[in-house]
Amino acid sequence: MAYAASHDAHDDHGHHPSGWRRWVYSTNHKDIGTMYMVVSMLSAVLGGGLSWLIRLELAEPGIQFITDFQFYNVMVSAHGLIMVFFVVMPALIGGFGNWFLPLMIGTPDMAFPRMNNVSFWLLVAALILLVLSGIVGSGVGTGWTVYPPLSNIEYHPGPSVDFAILSLHLAGASSVLGAMNFITTILNMRAPGMTLHRMPLFVWAMLITAFLLLLAIPVLAGALTMLLTDRNFGTAFFKTGQGGDPILWQHLFWFFGHPEVYIMILPGFGIVSQIVSTFSRKPIFGYLGMVYAMVSIGFVGFVVWAHHMFSVGLTSSTRAYFVVATMVIAVPTGIKIFSWIATMWGGSISFKTPMLWAIGFIFLFVVGGVTGVVLANAAIAVSVHDTYYVVAHFHYVLSLGAVFSIFAGFYYWIGKMSGRQYPEKLGQLHFWTSFVGVNLLFFPQHFLGVQGMPRRIPDYPDAFTGWNMVSSFGALVTALSTVLFFYVVYRTLTSGEKCAANPWGEGASTLEWTVPSPAPFHTHEVMPKIGSQPAE
Amino acid sequence: MLKNLKALAGLAGVLVASVAAVALAAKPEPWAILFQKPESPVMEQIVSFNDYISIVIILITLFVLALLIIVVVKFNEKANPTPSKNTHNTLLEVAWTVIPVLILVAIGIPSIRILFFMDKNPAAEMTLKVTGHQWYWSYEYPDHGNFSFDSVMVPEADIKDRSVRLLEVDNRIVLPVETDIRLLFTSEDVIHAWAIPALVAKIDAVPGRINESWVRINRPGIYYGQCSELCGVNHGFMPIAVEAVSKEAFKRWTDDKKKQAAGPSGVEVAADAARPTTGSAR
Repeated sequence: MAYAASHDAHDDHGHHPSGWRRWVYSTNHKDIGTMYMVVSMLSAVLGGGLSWLIRLELAEPGIQFITDFQFYNVMVSAHGLIMVFFVVMPALIGGFGNWFLPLMIGTPDMAFPRMNNVSFWLLVAALILLVLSGIVGSGVGTGWTVYPPLSNIEYHPGPSVDFAILSLHLAGASSVLGAMNFITTILNMRAPGMTLHRMPLFVWAMLITAFLLLLAIPVLAGALTMLLTDRNFGTAFFKTGQGGDPILWQHLFWFFGHPEVYIMILPGFGIVSQIVSTFSRKPIFGYLGMVYAMVSIGFVGFVVWAHHMFSVGLTSSTRAYFVVATMVIAVPTGIKIFSWIATMWGGSISFKTPMLWAIGFIFLFVVGGVTGVVLANAAIAVSVHDTYYVVAHFHYVLSLGAVFSIFAGFYYWIGKMSGRQYPEKLGQLHFWTSFVGVNLLFFPQHFLGVQGMPRRIPDYPDAFTGWNMVSSFGALVTALSTVLFFYVVYRTLTSGEKCAANPWGEGASTLEWTVPSPAPFHTHEVMPKIGSQPAE
Repeated sequence: MLKNLKALAGLAGVLVASVAAVALAAKPEPWAILFQKPESPVMEQIVSFNDYISIVIILITLFVLALLIIVVVKFNEKANPTPSKNTHNTLLEVAWTVIPVLILVAIGIPSIRILFFMDKNPAAEMTLKVTGHQWYWSYEYPDHGNFSFDSVMVPEADIKDRSVRLLEVDNRIVLPVETDIRLLFTSEDVIHAWAIPALVAKIDAVPGRINESWVRINRPGIYYGQCSELCGVNHGFMPIAVEAVSKEAFKRWTDDKKKQAAGPSGVEVAADAARPTTGSAR
């Protein structure tokens, strides 16, 4: 292809820094993507470790080892913040997005390579600030939602919450810069012939995600700034006694927070679409339907925020609107699920590890999705609001949805990224142990929730013991499975087989499979010409 | 699996029934997988609606699972070496758009009907005002002389029946059965949420706001619940307990309370009760 011919001609031109400069000053989308992946993995150890401590504490009724309940709340909050901002987003957007978006649209790099570097290092700074927030004071014991008045200075004195606010500010700035970069790159730098309707679905997913980030993050930034000045400079945006209102925070936070959940899941949709098509050896079914399903999920995602607030005292008419609007999202989501199945239907499927994760994603996302339809009904939502039912629901869509898509993407692309293929048997073992573990971990939480067990409590009435023990046992299985994953990573990088340019065969029709594995430092220096393929 | 669920549900039912034979105490039960048995009109409607929607979502999930199993069995590379190139089927695509819409309409209509039923009750016969504090609840009875009291969790050391550990309080709320009761909620500090799974749809106690809901308790008993909005260090330790009694017993109880309030310490209590609790968050 065009790539091979162009490679030699550009060898001397290639700026190829080495040593620490290669990474710290990096403007290369692949190196930056790799660094995002590394940060995500390190954060996953931290955030996942916290969740195992939480499950350990909850394994039996009574206090096991956490005698400081503020510390328990800090762990719960830090787990949420780390998983959302420093594990899922960096892996899906910074990691896979940076790595494969330029490769898939046939462009040499991102539109603003130096801004890409800034995005990454801001994220590192944000992570450091968040970790510091747990060290400098009594920690952030507010939940990841940081609701005032609990997060106000009266109830959280000391600098912890301020550190967390600044951390989220930097993470937000990092995301907005990244989003601008993605949008510009996708809209202006596609290879000739790649019209918007010929872009791979992963690229579409990243484009929509980037727009969601661009529109949602500034609202969070505004709210965070208001909270910061409430805490430190005597303003009263969220203070009741002085004319403010804590519910305002919830509106602003969820106006960001609901699109945020689509920010975390849309890239996963994109990855799963690529994998399902590749391993079924079929083009994606109903490509245009898939694209516009994602567009409409992104759009409607902005007008449903108050379904997180059904119990705060909104009028019934307001709640009725949010019920209906929320249910609408089920329709495009259903289109995506059925289109994936239709893509597999009639296919010639090979069940390699990435495909297992993708099928696991589809099924578990349906389970999490249907409980989402249940929760869309304000009448039921208020009876299970802030219980473990909600915890089960959002872990099914995020922990079992988004995180499964990260693992799917990892196994799908690791050969391209490292030049070495993962060990197939171990990969499959990792999938099955994870699948069993997370279901044991999260399914019983539905039962705890309908019986009324509240979220974010360090001890529970004895009646909740049984399912909590099952759940904690599931956490143990999941933890062992994650240790296995790190072993797989180690084996892959040290003794994995050399990976061919396209290890997956004819089903893998996107452009990243036309460059060698590992992808060289510079790729697509001459843009490939696109015929009728890839996605349609 | 469904059979197992049913068996478990049956087991839970038996447990609930055996407790009810002594005196109704609505609280979580070991290994239960369903809602606590509803004891108010609102929760009865919510639970029966949830039963209906649960059937719908279980069928949808099983349908998707069945499709996935068919795909795995019929379209693996051994069974089907040559993939089809079919990527469109307009009829199918219309069907999987329209049918979910119809299902959602079938869910949405009863959902919204219940939502408005749960709302305020203009015909309420009495009012209970609930105020959240870090970390206890206080209650006022404005229609019965405006007396008030605090309700604090009984510490573990003083608990005899372990099944109410973290659920029992020193002063239970006493309420009459078969009475439409208006509930008003506010908070003195941070946001709390008042929840009794068997009786009410939970509602937040928000500083600076008064939220309204209502309850009608079907039969006498003790109903337990817990704070359901993260409110700080002891969030897990501010439970709620309602003792529902006959109307006559309730009248006797309020008369007693009124007398106490009129006693030497009564002045202070009344002043306390009159103070607006919606003021500054300090």
